[in-house]
Amino acid sequence: MAAPESQNLATPSALRNAFGSVLSVLILVLIGVLAFSIRLFSVIKYESVIHEFDPYFNYRVTQFLSKNGIYEFWNWFDDRTWYPLGRVIGGTVYPGLTLTAGTIWWVVNSLNIPLSVETVCVFTAPVFSAFASWATYLLTKEVKGSGAGLAAAALLAMVPSYISRSVAGSYDNEAVAIFALIFTFYLYIKTLNTGSLFYATLNALAYFYMVCSWGGYTFIINLIPMHVLMCIVTGRYSPRLYIAYAPFVVLGTLLAALVPVVGFNAVLTSEHFASFLVFIIIHVVALVYYIKGNLSPKMFKVAVTLVVSIGLVVCFIVVAVLVALVASSPTKGWSGRSLSLLDPTYASKYIPIIASVSEHQPPTWPSYFMDINVLAFLVPAGIVACFSPLSDASSFVILYIVMSVYFSGVMVRLMLVFAPAACIMSGIALSQAFDVFTGSIKYQLGGSSKSKDDAEDNTSTNNAPKDDASTGKTDKVEEIAKERSSKKGKKKEREPAEKPSIRSKIAKKKALVLPLEASIVALLLLIMLGAFYVIHCVWAAAEAYSAPSIVLTSQNRDGLHVFDDFRESYAWLSHNTDVDDKVASWWDYGYQTTAMANRTVIVDNNTWNNTHIATVGTAMSSPEKAAWEIFNSLDVKYVLVVFGGLIGYPSDDINKFLWMVRIGGGEFSHIKEADYLRDGQYRIDSEATPTMLNCLMYKLSYYRFVETDGKGYDRVRRTEIGKKNFKLTHFDEVFTSHHWMVRIYKLKPQKNRIRGRVKKLKSKTSSGSFTKTEKKNPWI
Amino acid sequence: MKQSNVDLLLLLLAIVVLATPAYSDLVLSKVERRIDVTSQIARVTKTLKVVNSGSESVSEFILTFPKFLGNNLAYLSVAQSEGKGKSKRTLANLSVEAANPKDIPDSISVYSVALPKPLDKGDTLTLDVIAAFTNVLQPFPEKISQGDSHLVMLQESAQYLSPYAVESQSLSIKLPSARIQSYTNLDSTTKLQGSELKYGPYKNLPEYSYSPIVVHFESKAAFAVAEKLVREIEVSHWGNVQVTEHYNLVHRGAQLKGEFSRLDFQARPNPKGESAFRHLLARLPPRAHSIYYRDDIGNISTSQMQSDSKKTEVLLEPRFPLFGGWKTFFTIGYGLPLSDFLFASEGKRFLDISFGSPMLDLVTDKLIVQVVLPEGSKDISVKTPFAVKQSQEIKYSHLDIAGRPVVVLEKDNVVPDHNQNIQVYYKFSNIHLLSEPLMLISGFFVLFITCIIYTRADFSISKSSASYLAKLQWDEVLATLQEIQSIIQKCLAAHDKLEASLRDLSRTGDIQTCKAARKSTDSLLKDLSKEVKPLMAFLQSSQSASHISPKVEELVAKEKELQEKLMAKHTTVVEGYEKKSSGRDIELRIASQQQKIAALRQEVEDLLEFIDEI
Repeated sequence: MAAPESQNLATPSALRNAFGSVLSVLILVLIGVLAFSIRLFSVIKYESVIHEFDPYFNYRVTQFLSKNGIYEFWNWFDDRTWYPLGRVIGGTVYPGLTLTAGTIWWVVNSLNIPLSVETVCVFTAPVFSAFASWATYLLTKEVKGSGAGLAAAALLAMVPSYISRSVAGSYDNEAVAIFALIFTFYLYIKTLNTGSLFYATLNALAYFYMVCSWGGYTFIINLIPMHVLMCIVTGRYSPRLYIAYAPFVVLGTLLAALVPVVGFNAVLTSEHFASFLVFIIIHVVALVYYIKGNLSPKMFKVAVTLVVSIGLVVCFIVVAVLVALVASSPTKGWSGRSLSLLDPTYASKYIPIIASVSEHQPPTWPSYFMDINVLAFLVPAGIVACFSPLSDASSFVILYIVMSVYFSGVMVRLMLVFAPAACIMSGIALSQAFDVFTGSIKYQLGGSSKSKDDAEDNTSTNNAPKDDASTGKTDKVEEIAKERSSKKGKKKEREPAEKPSIRSKIAKKKALVLPLEASIVALLLLIMLGAFYVIHCVWAAAEAYSAPSIVLTSQNRDGLHVFDDFRESYAWLSHNTDVDDKVASWWDYGYQTTAMANRTVIVDNNTWNNTHIATVGTAMSSPEKAAWEIFNSLDVKYVLVVFGGLIGYPSDDINKFLWMVRIGGGEFSHIKEADYLRDGQYRIDSEATPTMLNCLMYKLSYYRFVETDGKGYDRVRRTEIGKKNFKLTHFDEVFTSHHWMVRIYKLKPQKNRIRGRVKKLKSKTSSGSFTKTEKKNPWI
Repeated sequence: MKQSNVDLLLLLLAIVVLATPAYSDLVLSKVERRIDVTSQIARVTKTLKVVNSGSESVSEFILTFPKFLGNNLAYLSVAQSEGKGKSKRTLANLSVEAANPKDIPDSISVYSVALPKPLDKGDTLTLDVIAAFTNVLQPFPEKISQGDSHLVMLQESAQYLSPYAVESQSLSIKLPSARIQSYTNLDSTTKLQGSELKYGPYKNLPEYSYSPIVVHFESKAAFAVAEKLVREIEVSHWGNVQVTEHYNLVHRGAQLKGEFSRLDFQARPNPKGESAFRHLLARLPPRAHSIYYRDDIGNISTSQMQSDSKKTEVLLEPRFPLFGGWKTFFTIGYGLPLSDFLFASEGKRFLDISFGSPMLDLVTDKLIVQVVLPEGSKDISVKTPFAVKQSQEIKYSHLDIAGRPVVVLEKDNVVPDHNQNIQVYYKFSNIHLLSEPLMLISGFFVLFITCIIYTRADFSISKSSASYLAKLQWDEVLATLQEIQSIIQKCLAAHDKLEASLRDLSRTGDIQTCKAARKSTDSLLKDLSKEVKPLMAFLQSSQSASHISPKVEELVAKEKELQEKLMAKHTTVVEGYEKKSSGRDIELRIASQQQKIAALRQEVEDLLEFIDEI
């Protein structure tokens, strides 16, 4: 279909079209390769291994899925965790990532390509970042043309913030969710620009994928209604807007409710109410527009007053019902994490467990520079560019960036949502700037060569820019033709997004002509800025974000030193303990223990049961005997602590200990934070409080530590420990890793009953209640 | 408990000795036995000098072991040798079979050796027997704590248990060190020299003599046992043999009791934990490459490699030191050059590769060797130096369709002595090598062809629906529009040319060229306007273009006007030059025209832009 058209065009221009489209495809492919390969530093510097904590859980779930199939997966009740409660994995997990990787694995294996589940999991994130950069291209192209699209895609491919969550091995929900997020936004904008129901349906499907993948989908379901509302308020209502929004809400909500972890939350929780409210509003507005078209102005006024008065009453009733519903729930219908977004101080006040996670803290200024680097300077320029002219699409990206800046300011983690917006804005800014500068250089060069003496002449000055404009026009013609031929003849809807960009381009070419030198210098500066960005990103990818955190390395004079203690002890646990033994540790290590050691844990990183975590926290902060009793009641056989004092590994359990006390104290009132602090200071040296020095965590961490150097110097806290020589009465050391980073203790077996009975008989005569003696020490 | 076992055995054997008759007329004139227990494997080397003192020729020789040894026999080879000392040479390996004669009681394991040629009366024969036993070094005590040294116990007989009479026999036991806890001191012939314990020589022993001895000594050897070892050897005719070995390793020495303290283990100068082993040495074939060492949770970063032209040595350190009873699992893999292991003979190819594990002193309880041959191999046969259980499987990997034939060899209780080469013969034609690349090529080809077809072909469901027709029409309209646009652009370019010629005129004053330029432009413009006409007609006739055609008409009209004005201007200027009037004069005359032209041009461009946006 496209053939006759391209034949009509002159041959050289057709060639140039083909060249242009091939070039942009090539650039996109290269961007994809860049996005993939910049994330491989972790594999090259370390190894192909799953990183950190949550990815281990996802990996384990994927393993289960690939082994047992999808139906088993939905019904999976995991008894290896949260002992003795267990966890319904199928109903509490966002399955998008797992299903994605599982599908990839299945496809690859049915093609008889022997890739292990682990390999697929490791490389899912880099592959999806390539997809995400292509999605960014599409989105930005809808907003400001393909030049901006390419720039934004290139920026996103290497933005450090996104790299930090998607290096090879970081097999986490965010890895696929960011792609889903951008793609959903793209489809929304595409629907908005075309008014095509086809794209609206795709949009709902993309939203479904996003819901499957990440809890962050609430961002979409709030941002799009906000944009729609904004469009309505600013008088930009159009049937396209209706097509873009109404099917999305209906289909999207239905689909979202299919995901077990969301279920009825899709209609019950406050996070989703905005979309329904706007859904009602857009219908009212659509009705108004329809009536307006059918009625005479006078009749219309009457109708408006009528409808408004009735509508107000109905609205009031609905709002009242909603408020009553919402107010009846303790959290006002919001989940804890969402609430802490709206009120940044909420979590630290009420839910220490959310506050204790470092990625839920507000970011610092340097982290903005670290994570988006020069984009921070380009974003304002991009916003300005979006305002000239303001279209539906550009207003959306403006809204997107404003919202995400706020959210990223509340939680470090949401920097991830901000990064794509920043990339889009910066891409727009860069491409517009390049347009202006190269345009003025082109004009100056072309103009000066043509007629120098007639420069003053009105005719020729008019002529030259016209010349330029006409070349620009031929370019544009080609562009259109290119689009047509690439898009197949039948789909020849013109992209409305093209209009503003071309118009503005022409306008700029006519109006904005900068001096030659200035534009050359500015171009060079821009290129330098880009170069700095690239250097920073590569550095961040290679040095800052590639560590898998289960293997640590340090560079010293003898060369690279590897600290592989975590896996050493997990391997020990998995091979040298009984398969049904229960291992207690702080929740950070729960996922890793179940995945790597295949042992049952008491608590894990899915912090759904505060009481259970508090129980473990209490045990850790209790004296040995009380702790033994708690652990014994939980059927625990081994206790695992992470200790960095010998080699100076700072994120160990002693440093996390105050959170254990806080969380434990939140549920069990006999644990008081003040008991562990000396004058408000947390210390473990000789000044420490006796409660601190006698608690289980202290003892398990520092057991026989003094014998290493004679003084017991802790390299993390940079002090000598307070209590040096002590024996464990209720625990046996069974394993300590090579650098002492992980220490595993076994609970001593319960007292021999018969001997106890004899004692009881004996003690009955001396002291009336034997329970007291037993509680003191069951080991006598 | 062990002691009582020994007693029981003794009793049993005594009965046996009394009860069994002489087996045949063979007499062992001299028996030398050497037992090497420096590793976890008890390796017994015997030199037997056999004399036929009977009247008939004998073609079978009986080897016996006490049952508790015989059950743990991993490897047995008998060779006939000639000469003595340095001139000694091995003639041939003899075939050995487990026999179960009725007249020998259950407490004795019997193996029969088929002699190469029947031994006639009075002839002598020297046999070299090598036997390797696993699990015969019993840890005693069975559980030790971290600081204790590892003590093991060996039970044997000082006298050679044989169905034949022995004229002279001696036994020497080579121990790992001189640190011996205790040993059975039988008589004056028992001597301990350094780390070597000697019994005998004993003269003229009757059949089935047996005198149990027990040696209790310290062993520092690694009691590493692979409970299960799966070796996968994958042959690729692209030049690589990939070997992957999965080890389920256990330390089968005395079990660790009580705590494991890393502090004591790392203590200097007196580390506690000698009973543990930290590493294993693997001796891989030379030119082994791409070696990896990992387990199911990732790479194990503690290993060292050394290679030279004769061998590749890898020192593998498990994640944690293995104490008695501790287990671990790991995988090693390496690639070998195909040319070193694959040979051709008689139209067949054969892979000649070692059977056992490359680890030194490793006992394997269950060894499974899977030789994966390339897809399309036929007529597979295996030659092994000893009996193994064979079966065949199919494995699918790397885009296989038919699957690769896998030869599975299984053997229990494998010791390093089994590291002999096995040969796998098969037929394979090189054309099969190309099948997978061709498959990929055709796959991509089909993909691209599909893409091309998809983009070129029209997949509309209904070809007669109104919307489809409208779309087709609209497409045509758009195409026409584009043509018109390009024509207008050409016109504008022609105008520019005209202007340029005027500028040239003002510079050079060459009226003739200017006129010529005008002529050519004129004809060009006329041609173009002719071209526009049918297009315009089409647009006007087309229904779907009804809302654009006025604009287009306007555009064409304006263009025409612009053209006329330009011509007029041109004429004026040329006339002015012909009349040799001053430049200023001319400019004054054309000033009004100039303005109109500029305005018109602007309009034309705005219209073009508008059309562009349709």
